[in-house]
Amino acid sequence: MTQPRAITIALLAMGGEGGGVLSEWLVDLAEHHGYLVQATSVPGVAQRTGATVYYLELFPRAAVPADARPVLALSPVPGEVDVVIASELMEAGRALQRGLVSSERTTFIVSTHRVYSMTERTAMGDGRVDAPKLLDGARAAAARLVAADFAAIAEQAAGPIAPALFGALAASGALPFERAQFEEAIRRGGVGVQASLKAFAAGHAAALAPEALPPDAVPPVRLGPRLAALDERIGAGFPLHVQDTLRHGVLRLADFQDVPYAAAYLDLLQPLRDTGDVLTETARHLALWMTYEDAIRVADLKTRRSRFDRVAGEVKLTDGQLLHINEFMHPRVEEIADILPAGLGRWLLATGWARGALGRFTRSGRIVRTSSLRGFLLLYAIAALRPLRPRSLRFGVEQERIRTWLAGIQRLAGSQPALALELARSQRLVKGYGDTHARGWRNFQRLLGELPRLEGDEAGARRLSELARAALADESGQALEHMLASA
Amino acid sequence: MAERSFTSEVGKLRLAAGEEFRGEGILAVTKALLQSGVSYVAGYQGAPISHLMDVLTDANDILRELGIRFEHSASEATAAATLAASVNYPLRGAVTFKSPVGTNVASDAIANLSSGGVTGGALIIVGEDYGEGSSIMQERSHAFAMKSQVWLLDPRPNLPSIVRAVEQGFELSEASRTPVMLELRIRACHVHGSFTASDNRRADFTLKDAIEHPRRDTERIALPPSTYLHEQEKVNQRWPAAVRFIRERGLNEFFAEDAQDFGIVLQGGLYNGVLRTLELLQVADPFGHSRVPLYVLNVTYPLVDEEFTRFCAGKRAILIVEEGQPDFIEQAVHAALRRADVQTKVHGKDFLPKAGEYTGGLLLQGIARFLQQVAPALIEGRALPAGALPAVPAVPAAAGLKTIAIQDATAQVHGRPPSFCTGCPERPIFTAIKLVERELGPHHISCDIGCHLFSILPPFNIGATTMGYGLGWAGAAAFNTPETGRRTLSIMGDGGFWHNGLTSGVGNAVFNQTDNVLLVVDNGYSAATGGQDLLSSKADSPIRSTKHPIEKAVRGVGVEWVRTVDHTYSLERMRDVLREALTTKAKGPKVIVASSECMLNKQRRVRPLVKKAIGEGRRVVRERFGVDPDTCTGDHSCIRLSGCPSLTIRPNPDPLRRDPVAAVVDSCVGCGLCGEAAHAAVLCPSFYRAEIVNNPTRWDHFAQRVRSAVIGWLQGRIARRLEGLAA
Repeated sequence: MTQPRAITIALLAMGGEGGGVLSEWLVDLAEHHGYLVQATSVPGVAQRTGATVYYLELFPRAAVPADARPVLALSPVPGEVDVVIASELMEAGRALQRGLVSSERTTFIVSTHRVYSMTERTAMGDGRVDAPKLLDGARAAAARLVAADFAAIAEQAAGPIAPALFGALAASGALPFERAQFEEAIRRGGVGVQASLKAFAAGHAAALAPEALPPDAVPPVRLGPRLAALDERIGAGFPLHVQDTLRHGVLRLADFQDVPYAAAYLDLLQPLRDTGDVLTETARHLALWMTYEDAIRVADLKTRRSRFDRVAGEVKLTDGQLLHINEFMHPRVEEIADILPAGLGRWLLATGWARGALGRFTRSGRIVRTSSLRGFLLLYAIAALRPLRPRSLRFGVEQERIRTWLAGIQRLAGSQPALALELARSQRLVKGYGDTHARGWRNFQRLLGELPRLEGDEAGARRLSELARAALADESGQALEHMLASA
Repeated sequence: MAERSFTSEVGKLRLAAGEEFRGEGILAVTKALLQSGVSYVAGYQGAPISHLMDVLTDANDILRELGIRFEHSASEATAAATLAASVNYPLRGAVTFKSPVGTNVASDAIANLSSGGVTGGALIIVGEDYGEGSSIMQERSHAFAMKSQVWLLDPRPNLPSIVRAVEQGFELSEASRTPVMLELRIRACHVHGSFTASDNRRADFTLKDAIEHPRRDTERIALPPSTYLHEQEKVNQRWPAAVRFIRERGLNEFFAEDAQDFGIVLQGGLYNGVLRTLELLQVADPFGHSRVPLYVLNVTYPLVDEEFTRFCAGKRAILIVEEGQPDFIEQAVHAALRRADVQTKVHGKDFLPKAGEYTGGLLLQGIARFLQQVAPALIEGRALPAGALPAVPAVPAAAGLKTIAIQDATAQVHGRPPSFCTGCPERPIFTAIKLVERELGPHHISCDIGCHLFSILPPFNIGATTMGYGLGWAGAAAFNTPETGRRTLSIMGDGGFWHNGLTSGVGNAVFNQTDNVLLVVDNGYSAATGGQDLLSSKADSPIRSTKHPIEKAVRGVGVEWVRTVDHTYSLERMRDVLREALTTKAKGPKVIVASSECMLNKQRRVRPLVKKAIGEGRRVVRERFGVDPDTCTGDHSCIRLSGCPSLTIRPNPDPLRRDPVAAVVDSCVGCGLCGEAAHAAVLCPSFYRAEIVNNPTRWDHFAQRVRSAVIGWLQGRIARRLEGLAA
């Protein structure tokens, strides 16, 4: 039976993405070209960053008998949707969850960029969901998938995402309208027409282009002449699988301190050279640990020309504009003691009156304008303390901690490689600044304290990784306490 | 200033007879009111009827021409009480609000109104915020219609039917001397469609006539002994009059009444969904020609027993499609048929879900099962649409790779609850509460309705209960005992404050000698409902009186400890005031007014001005924040304290690091909270504030040249140190 039916379109978007505008363009486009249109949405609180479904039905006027009117539905029926547009990758997953995408009839237009959910963003480590799985699911479910990073495409065209998706829809051929007719609808809309048309064209082109391949996981790196000797040593003395990591490591260490420091890094790893994964993970974490973030490092990074350029790029500075950069710093007495020579630093921390006197100046945070002479010179002066760093309080403390950690890994690498691997990885708990760093270090010590009990235990490695995950589950440390108590 | 400007929609309100109106359902209602000759309209905004209020605000000229009074009521109770104008005078009036929350608030006035009855047509338009995406508790307005005996219209969700319902609603109200409630579901309010307009009508009898020639009738007042008479009058006169009108005017509709020996009875609002289902099952065409008998209840209360017995005559079974619970209609039909001794089997919630929105898929499944049972021959041999089959519960043993891929993908999906907008001035208030709790430990926090209620969700996770609009402090009333020195904290928005919180919360706390703390979140607008003005709004309004400070009102009812923080972004100020309120030795109620303009509205106001200034060549400094990815270690404490949509994460550019780094995206409006939080919580030095100077002056350029010379030279030295490390 071939009775006429409505073309059905569902649009899943988040507040502020222009889903309403896209819906209005579609209404206008179809009404102009011989269709009766019904569109609905449930905006409400979705305007405040929640997810929204816009639903449209298009019915050809020519198929409507005299004195009849089609009855159009207000919500989509699973499996009965011709076009599904998801303005973001997790929203594409939501369309699948709702059963809207059918392998028999749905053209599925998906922007593959991510707008991270609150859960993903607030995780203390990496809480992101598996994006490739979302895309694979979309491909499996749809009759036809048109996927591209339309947010980036729109941004390159200096326009919003809605017209880029509209362009992709035009290119998909899922609707019985010509490209020029889509563009006319944007013109009739009358708001931001030029920017929208540019983004439309970019989206249209992207939908027709072949799919881009995902980038390599570990980018290789080449070392310069001053690190040539170390490069040779890496090539000759370490297995192939770890060489890129080591190159990144020595580069980072030389950048942080100097070339001998980078050489010391390789010395420390030498004993682990035949431990496979344990070596790779230790190399990665050791490089991070040895380049801990003290005030010298922060000042150094903040004053570089490349950093000034990066900020200018990020704020999209144009020719006629000037840029000022203001840093939010809150060094406490502890951070100041950290970069002092060890003896002086210890004295400062242990001497009540000195601590109090300095503390008065560090109670509230400071805003340093790095782009001003005064601010820049201040940070430059702090960064210039770098040659003195090996004698600083913090340096000594960190080297001692590193030695203990490495000794543990080395000891376990032969007998219990899985546990050694988890021990190497648990360094990820120690990061951040101030209170965050102190909390991370506390948690790390709790884990080290558990180590003797885990050695001998077959499930020790799994247990250690679970403990590390628990330490990253919440700030209060409740999850870790709970897990330690349940042992 | 409302979220949207309706200047172009206002033009549609002037359309004359025969012209085509195209637009949203709720705007069609607005036009229908003008066509019906109303004398006054009042209401309290809230999705999904905010647009009705906003359009009328922008359409003040048209209203004046037609002699219509339009009020932004202080609450839904005020709105419903406004209908008192129709009690003694032949004045048509309409009020509108969100339901059932607004109907709850209005129920006292509705009960009084319906007890005495009306002379002029009185229409209560409720936007039913029910189902997916709703922001309120899930109940039915139907119960209010039953308890107060107000007639309830639930028209088919297309614009001509909705407009007709408005016009017939007034007539029904006048014919039965009873207020009429018009229920519009959220999707119907936002549906885009068209209808043929009629001319607007100016009422023959005007407000002026009423004021200059006052009338009264003690029999219309809810006071003994009239109240007892009202009750009799309701059932003996008004109800029968209503039923007569509904039957004679054919308000309910029958389709293909005798086509089968079974049929479907449905609420008008569900008509399109049911029809789509029948179309998919190939027992109807797309134009509403059904082969299954349909009885469409455009009036869902009162039910017309005679129509039911007529529809059921010769039918073995009927299916009642009634959304929500309890199943008032199904119960009433059982009783009516039993009384009439009709043996038709009544189905309903045995085929369809007991609760929840009847979306396309659920209707399809329920109705397909009903047809399979009562008339298998009708759909026999046809492949049922995929949606008619119940969802597959788990991966079946023989699941294909495709099915597994789809299930893997759906497992990745997180909810996206609403959250504070970019730059929202309320966010720092909750950051400050979190910081204070780090010092003082947790407190009992009583919440209210409004944008600030998003603080109960991640990342803030603040608040224990919410009892209704303006009831934030009332919700903590019991926690008032000399046995502890620990205080509770209550929260209220400016909307809730003026809605009723000033009396039910603040007045109550003063009178009952509380020692607890109230935080009033004052953003200058009724922001949660779309940015309408309030008494305390800072903006000038041509048609309303604004700029009445909340602090003055609070002091006026006797609170002595009041602190106003007029820049909530100052986290330290906010934290210090909170700490003081929670720990001060001063006894008695303590109120903090945290006041900063809604950023959504501010941006709407300021952005065009800034653009213009830049265009005119004036020096304008724009601020935005950023995070240095090389110093960010990926702990995300900053996000846990902020939750700003502009503060997100991105893959770590550092090849040795795995955790994503924090990042500020381009939508940042430079409110400064992330920097303040980094300071106050001693988080990390990764945040920077960039100032972008548009149209710099000569002095700017000169200073820049001097700086660049020195800084550039030093940066050259840094670069030389790093030379030769990377290839």
